[in-house]
Amino acid sequence: MATIPTGLKNYFDQTGEISLFAWRFMREAFRRPFEFREFLRQCYIIGYNSLFLVITTGFIMGLVLTLQIRPTMIEFGAVSYMPQLVGIAIVREIGPVVTALICAGKIGSSMGAELGSMKVTEQIDAMEVSGTNPFKYLVVTRIWACILMLPLLVIAADAIGLWGSFLVETTKGEVSVRLYFNRVFATLQFGDLIPATLKTFFFGLAIGVVGCYKGYHSKKGTEGVGRAANSAVVVASLLLFVIDFLAVLVADIFFEI
Amino acid sequence: MSTKTVIPDSHSLFQHPEQTLAADPLIRIRGVKKAFGSNQVLRGFDLDLYPNENVVIVGKSGSGKSVLIKCLVRLVEVDEGQVEVLGYTIPSLDQEELDQIRADVGFLFQGSALYDSMTVRENLQFPLRRHSQRMRGQDEDHLIQEALENVGLAHAIDLMPAELSGGMKRRIALARTLILQPKVILYDEPTSGLDPITANEIIQLILTIQRNFQTAALIITHDMDCARVISNRMVILQDGINYAEGTYTELSASKDPKVKAFFKEVQNR
Repeated sequence: MATIPTGLKNYFDQTGEISLFAWRFMREAFRRPFEFREFLRQCYIIGYNSLFLVITTGFIMGLVLTLQIRPTMIEFGAVSYMPQLVGIAIVREIGPVVTALICAGKIGSSMGAELGSMKVTEQIDAMEVSGTNPFKYLVVTRIWACILMLPLLVIAADAIGLWGSFLVETTKGEVSVRLYFNRVFATLQFGDLIPATLKTFFFGLAIGVVGCYKGYHSKKGTEGVGRAANSAVVVASLLLFVIDFLAVLVADIFFEI
Repeated sequence: MSTKTVIPDSHSLFQHPEQTLAADPLIRIRGVKKAFGSNQVLRGFDLDLYPNENVVIVGKSGSGKSVLIKCLVRLVEVDEGQVEVLGYTIPSLDQEELDQIRADVGFLFQGSALYDSMTVRENLQFPLRRHSQRMRGQDEDHLIQEALENVGLAHAIDLMPAELSGGMKRRIALARTLILQPKVILYDEPTSGLDPITANEIIQLILTIQRNFQTAALIITHDMDCARVISNRMVILQDGINYAEGTYTELSASKDPKVKAFFKEVQNR
């Protein structure tokens, strides 16, 4: 009988375990007791503490995108379409994906390392003997916070990205704010906004589930904590592209993008 | 066939405290087995812990000491056997019942296990709020202050765990364990990683706590000085079973080859 290569077996094992972990989250997410205070704390850590990084990246993303595309658009005599092009690119794809990747790096690794460290120093066990469900307290609150904060961070990154793009346009082409944003919003439709926003909830879910799973199942002491943080970023980033691909396919069916 | 060696009573220096003779054991372990994959760690372990006694379990690294005490609060599930704590059969409890029992069983973890992201005050508040949700703020503050005074660290209330030394962390962890006034305390290597002076302070603190709060204690250690000072009774966990049992003096004078080998190995460390 043919044997499955170890690498492939590990891949399927881990996919199955992460799916079960996500399923456990679904079951626990709507059950009492709700750890509301810890949830708010996580919203602050995930949302507010990532805001500066996300808006800085968003601003630079808008600047660079416009600077790179502009010469080609001039060549084709289509520079007046710059606001529409940049608007659609940022809102539909670049804003959500780049922000999610930044968050996978920042939030995913921090969750992996924090929960991993709690696991190896027996803090999770201590929580359990204190009569607390550590999965609810540590995992459910973090994943919920990720799901709810990521769309807000993406909206912030999109808005700042468009302002970055406007800055280049107005410097090089003397376009007014009103004209620039009129053109951006004239092109954007619900078919652009809704799928782009909906997929960010799934991005948040993926980052939260993978980050928490890697930390919660961390092994082999401090070496395991480093590995948990590292693989949380790698797996979450990979998963983001898979989700993005599926979201575009689904959006194509329902919204004819 | 069991290889359990019980030191003859005629040579025993150990006497159960008088009131415990008629009392039921607080912890009763019978035939506990636990394996991790092909590694059979516990192979039918038996033990009773009576009120007011300090029982120390010693054994080589990897002999299953920590696994055993984790089975008592169901941090690890047993494969087979009977585990009764305060009269309740632990493996068959539902989660709510188990949480109630856990309030009466304190657990001091090997590395203290203080929550890194919380101050000392919040570390002590955490179990208190889980088990006494309707407590007034004033009462809560009073209990926290009292628990910290018991371990001599009232001034550390607003510090973060990262600002504490190893010995201080152990004391705070003990205060967190004490705050729910448990009937039994399980200690997992209470002196490991501490210098001899701090280790001795922790040992004295454990004895003071036992005297003041009348708690029973099950202590896992490989520190024989700790075992000698603290134990009313000692158990050697070897080959997954309660291999030998008696006072420190009795066991250290035992003629059993395995017990002798164990003490020799410990002395050579």
